[in-house]
Amino acid sequence: MEMVEKRTLPQENDQLDDQFERIGTEGLSGEDIGEKSLTYWADVWRRFRSNKLAIFGLVLLILVVLLLFVGPMVSGQNYQKIESGMKNQLPSKEHWFGTDDMGRDLFTRVCVGGRVSIYIGLCCTLVMFVIGSLLGALAGLKGGLVDDLIMRFCEFLGNLPYLIVVVILSVVLGRSTFSLIFAMSLTAWVGTTRMVRGQILQLKEQDYVQAARALGASTGRIILKHLLPNTMGIIMVDITMAVPGFIFSEAFLSYIGLGVRPPETSWGALASSGQMQLMFYPHQLFFPCVMIVLTILSFHLIGDGLSDALDPKLRK
Amino acid sequence: MDEKILEVRNLSVSFHTYAGTSHAVRGVDFYLNKGETLAIVGESGCGKTVTSKAIMGLLPMEQTEIGGSEGAEILFNGEDLLKKSENEMTAIRGSKISMIFQDPMTSLNPTMRIGEQIAESILIHNEISKADALKKALEMLEMVKIPNAAQRLKQYPFEFSGGMRQRAMIAVALACRPEILIADEPTTALDVTIQAQIMDLIGELQKELNMAVILVTHDLGVVASVADRIQVMYAGKIVERGSVDEIFYQSTHPYTRALLSSVPKIHTNNKETLYSLKGTPPDLIHPPTGCAFAPRCEYGMRICRNKYPETVKFSETQECSCWLHHPKADHSGLPENMVRGNR
Repeated sequence: MEMVEKRTLPQENDQLDDQFERIGTEGLSGEDIGEKSLTYWADVWRRFRSNKLAIFGLVLLILVVLLLFVGPMVSGQNYQKIESGMKNQLPSKEHWFGTDDMGRDLFTRVCVGGRVSIYIGLCCTLVMFVIGSLLGALAGLKGGLVDDLIMRFCEFLGNLPYLIVVVILSVVLGRSTFSLIFAMSLTAWVGTTRMVRGQILQLKEQDYVQAARALGASTGRIILKHLLPNTMGIIMVDITMAVPGFIFSEAFLSYIGLGVRPPETSWGALASSGQMQLMFYPHQLFFPCVMIVLTILSFHLIGDGLSDALDPKLRK
Repeated sequence: MDEKILEVRNLSVSFHTYAGTSHAVRGVDFYLNKGETLAIVGESGCGKTVTSKAIMGLLPMEQTEIGGSEGAEILFNGEDLLKKSENEMTAIRGSKISMIFQDPMTSLNPTMRIGEQIAESILIHNEISKADALKKALEMLEMVKIPNAAQRLKQYPFEFSGGMRQRAMIAVALACRPEILIADEPTTALDVTIQAQIMDLIGELQKELNMAVILVTHDLGVVASVADRIQVMYAGKIVERGSVDEIFYQSTHPYTRALLSSVPKIHTNNKETLYSLKGTPPDLIHPPTGCAFAPRCEYGMRICRNKYPETVKFSETQECSCWLHHPKADHSGLPENMVRGNR
C-alpha cells in the first residue's frame, strides 16, 4: 500500500512529465556510425605511446638529432678550424667537449660527425629496405625460377666475406661517404629479402591477393598495394633495428680506417682518433662513444616498442 | 535463340602434385547465355571452383595443365581465353569477367580502405582520376545498399560485418560493370538471413547491369530461387544439366537425386532421418575408368564400373550421363519418373 502511494506523489511526477512525451525516431537514425574509425597506424601509435621505454627512446633520439643540427650553431665553432695553441684541451666553457690533437673543437666535430653517421645509417637502411622488400616480394610471389635466381644470388652475396668486400670497394671506388654506403648496403639487403619472401609466401595464399588478381591487378600492383602494406609491421621493426646496426658498422669501418676521409668526420672516425689519445685525454674517446651509445640505445628502444605495437596478437 | 557469351569446350585441368597428377576437371563442356544465371552444383572437391578459376585464368600456371591431349577452349565472345597472354587476361579480369570469392572475411585487404579497394579496379581498367574513381566507388557502395556509404567508404574492412564485407566484395567485382560475374560460393561463409539478402542483391544487380552469372555452390536451396539452368558436377565431370525445374522435379541422375534428398524439407517429419549420401568422392589422382559415382550409387551395375556412360539428351536443356537410361538397364526400384522415354 505504501509503495503505491509513493509512486503517485505529485511533485515527483511533475518533474518527469516531459520525459514521457513520445518523440519516435526524430533526429536519430539507426544507421549512424558511432566512433570515428581508428586506422591501423593510429592504433599502432596508441599502443606505442603507452610504452614508456619506447617513448623515452623516441624523445632521446629527437634530442640527439636536434643536438646534431642545432649544436654547432649554438657553440659558434667551426669543425674544421685548427687552432695550434689549443691542442688537447679539456672541456671548458669555450670548448664544451674540449679539443682534439689538432686543436679542433670536439663538440662541433661530434655534432657534424654524428650527422654523417646517422645519414649513412639512414641511407643504407633505405637501400636495404627498397631492394630487400621488392626482391623478397618478387621472389615470394613469382616463385619458381625467379625465386630460385633471387635466393641463390642472395646466398652468394651473403657468403662473401664482408670486410674483404668493403676493402676491395674502397680501393676501387676510393674512400668516400658514397663508397661506404655502397659497400655496406651491397650485402645488407639479403636478410630483408629472406624475411620479406617468407612473409609473402604466407600472404600470397590470402584470398584478397587472389581477389586482386581476379580484378586484373598486375604483379607490381599486387606487391606494392596489397602485399607490402601487410608486411609493413615486420619490415618497420627490421628497419629500426637496422639503422643502429649500420651506424655501428660505419663506426667500426671508420675506426679501422676504411670510413669517411678527413677533414670529413664521423663518430667512428672521431673514436678512432680519440683512441690514440686514450692514455692522456680519455674525453676524446668518451664523447663520440657516448653519442653512439645514446643513438643506438634510442633506436633499439624504439624498435622494441614498435615490434610490440605492431604485433596484432597483442592488440586489445 | 539466346546469344552465347561464354562457351567452354572440352575443358580439362590437371594439377601436378607430389602424389601424382590430379585430374580435377575431366572434359567439361558448357555455355552461358547473356544475362542468364548458370549454377554449378556439386560436393566439395568435384571441380566447381577449379572450373571457374580456369575461366578467370587464376590457376597457378606452374603446377597446372589445362587442356590435356585434346584441345580445350574457353570462348568469351568468340575469343579463346586460353590463348590470351597474361597481360591480355589482366585486362579482361575485373573489367569483362569478375569473380567474387567464398570468404568475405579474408577477401578484402585489411590495410586498404573499402573505398580504395572498390576504386582500385576502376583505376586499373579506366583512365580516370582517383577522385572520380572514388566517386564511382561511392555509387557502387550505394548500389549494394550499404547505409551511410560516404562514411563507410573511408572505413577499413575490420569495421565491416561479414554481410557488409560480401556486399563490398560485390561492389568491388561489379565496379567495372563486367559482362560475366563468377560467384564462387558467395554465401557459404554467411548466416542464412544474410545469404538470402546477398542472393537477392546479386539477382537485382544482374538485371540492372544485364550480366551473366555463374553461381558456384553446393547449396541447392540457394540455387532454386536464382538460377536459370543448373549443371551438376561430380569428380570433374558434368553428370547432369538442365533447367531449374527439370533438375528439381525431373532429375535423371542418381547423384542429383541424392543431392536433392539430402536437402531438409519443410514438411520433413522430425522423427525421420535426413538422407545423407554415404562415402566420399573418388581420388582424382587415379580417376575411375567408368562412372565415378558408381561406388556410391545404390543402382550401380557392372557396366558402370567399366565404361563411362554416354550422354542422353532429354530436352533442349536437359542432359544426363548415366547407364540407367540405357534400354537394357534394370529399372526396378528406381524413384518415380527418373527414367523417362528411353531413346
